[in-house]
Amino acid sequence: MNAVMPAPDPFRLRMQWQRGDFQLKVDLALPATGITVLFGASGSGKTTLLRCVAGLERPADGLVSLGSDVWQDDAQGIFMPTWQRDLGYVFQEASLFEHLDVQRNLHFGLKRAHKPGAAEALARAIELLGIGHLLQRQPAKLSGGERQRVAMARALATQPRLLLLDEPLAALDWARRHEILPWLEKLRDELHMPMLYVTHAADELARLADHLVVLEQGAVKAEGAAQEVLARIESPVIVGEDAGVLLRGRVVQRDAQWHLAQIEFPGGVLWVRDSGIALGQQVRLRVLARDISLTVHETQGTSIQNHLPGRIEALVADVHPSQALVQIRCGESILLARVTQRAVSDLNLSVGAAIWAQVKSVAVMA
Amino acid sequence: MDTLLNREAWQAIGLTLQLAACTTVILLILATPLAWWLSQTQSRWRAPIGAVVTLPLVLPPSVLGFYLLVAMGPHGPLGVVTQALGWGVLSFTFTGLLIGSVAFSLPFAVQPIQNAFEALGPRPMEVAATLRASPIDAFFSVALPLARPGFVTAAIMSFSHTVGEFGVVLMIGGNIPGQTRVVSTQIYGHVEAMEYAQAHGLAGGMLVFSFVVLLALSLMRKRVDKVLP
Repeated sequence: MNAVMPAPDPFRLRMQWQRGDFQLKVDLALPATGITVLFGASGSGKTTLLRCVAGLERPADGLVSLGSDVWQDDAQGIFMPTWQRDLGYVFQEASLFEHLDVQRNLHFGLKRAHKPGAAEALARAIELLGIGHLLQRQPAKLSGGERQRVAMARALATQPRLLLLDEPLAALDWARRHEILPWLEKLRDELHMPMLYVTHAADELARLADHLVVLEQGAVKAEGAAQEVLARIESPVIVGEDAGVLLRGRVVQRDAQWHLAQIEFPGGVLWVRDSGIALGQQVRLRVLARDISLTVHETQGTSIQNHLPGRIEALVADVHPSQALVQIRCGESILLARVTQRAVSDLNLSVGAAIWAQVKSVAVMA
Repeated sequence: MDTLLNREAWQAIGLTLQLAACTTVILLILATPLAWWLSQTQSRWRAPIGAVVTLPLVLPPSVLGFYLLVAMGPHGPLGVVTQALGWGVLSFTFTGLLIGSVAFSLPFAVQPIQNAFEALGPRPMEVAATLRASPIDAFFSVALPLARPGFVTAAIMSFSHTVGEFGVVLMIGGNIPGQTRVVSTQIYGHVEAMEYAQAHGLAGGMLVFSFVVLLALSLMRKRVDKVLP
């Protein structure tokens, strides 16, 4: 989906920020398209980094530039205040102006941004986020999910060059999160607006990230294309139950009788539950390490539908001493499997060995 | 009513209301930037200036009145300036009374507004900045409207506190009919002259007025709480 975009301007972030014992120090060159997820535990500096990008905090030795827009460059003595930066910001908790109704909240930034096509941008944001029926309401009368959708539309209506989102779903319950996630995917796929998205939730990361920056105690622990970073085994970004890889594929076949859809990805095909995705549609797949088992020969007589031939690229100990994490290459793709150490020993699994990966479950994310 | 409230009484009431209205308007204009500064600043001057603003709350009105009288007098710092400007000496004039009232009621205007600003927290201003509002724009379009309940409280408190003041008025206003004789000093005069009937008329009126103000304030707070949970 990003292939049709013109060559992106580089997005440069370099800064140092100190408060008490905590130090944030980063030097990043990010793609200025798609969603870049800033991932890490609480206290890792994600929100601080986002606030520095927005100019809500002033880091030292800073360089924040998006193509030709330079927002901060201490070498040249440039520091633009937040209100002069062409950005949108969605805060973690509801941040609507309580004294204004939804319509006036939406117009607040729009009329100050002075951009051509404002009316169309607003209409599009309202439609994209499905908030047309809420315009006359007061923020106090909205649910948490509705408030966040209005806050996103309000930020989008200014047509920013960069959208910053600080854990926009963290204050919501599971049902509300899953109500909003599809809207975010839609924003990514239809608006092509670059976004910096802060989260500590693995499912949001898996569904949304094109690019990934992992922060730990104020420093960058890993950075790169989400697919590639998640497949790393030596320092897994997501450990435990949520460890797994991302695959990108396309729907090539639908089996109406058994309600299954076949997805082709660089490395093979996978049958998944047909959730009504159209033939030819691009999808992301999330395959968790705990959902893959390994066999030395292709097995017959198993209920598992997906068998992929591959070769072991690496083996490491998992968090629990009984388990191992195995990195498998299937064609151009990488899978992670979690098996017991005893299985590694019994099956004589070693780097370079040819094996079959049995995939028990795949999460499809449009 | 005529026996209770004669021409002089009405004159005192009119002057009182005029003084309270002018004081309230001036206080809201002065207190808003002061309260904003106190609510936002991390300057080391915050504590001393906050204390000075609060002083009239604990100081005996006669002390405040005494210093203002000295300052406004022909040799006081204020008096020297006002005479140089050709305004003469302000003590024992309505303007002098107004200055005294403003100083005396300052904490009643600053504190509710400051509390309202502090209750907003930094978030609304940050949100406004991410939506292209300059700091001044955000102050008027976001902070002021959100702090409205604080302004209403400040206005009512300033007005009623000015209506009820006595010590400062007596010190710098004297008791000149039509100029500086307000209700509270009028009552004092009546009592001194043993005119209890007249004193009752005015004192009763003040009592009812104060009660109504406090009742209105508390009812209004409830309504505001309902609108903004």
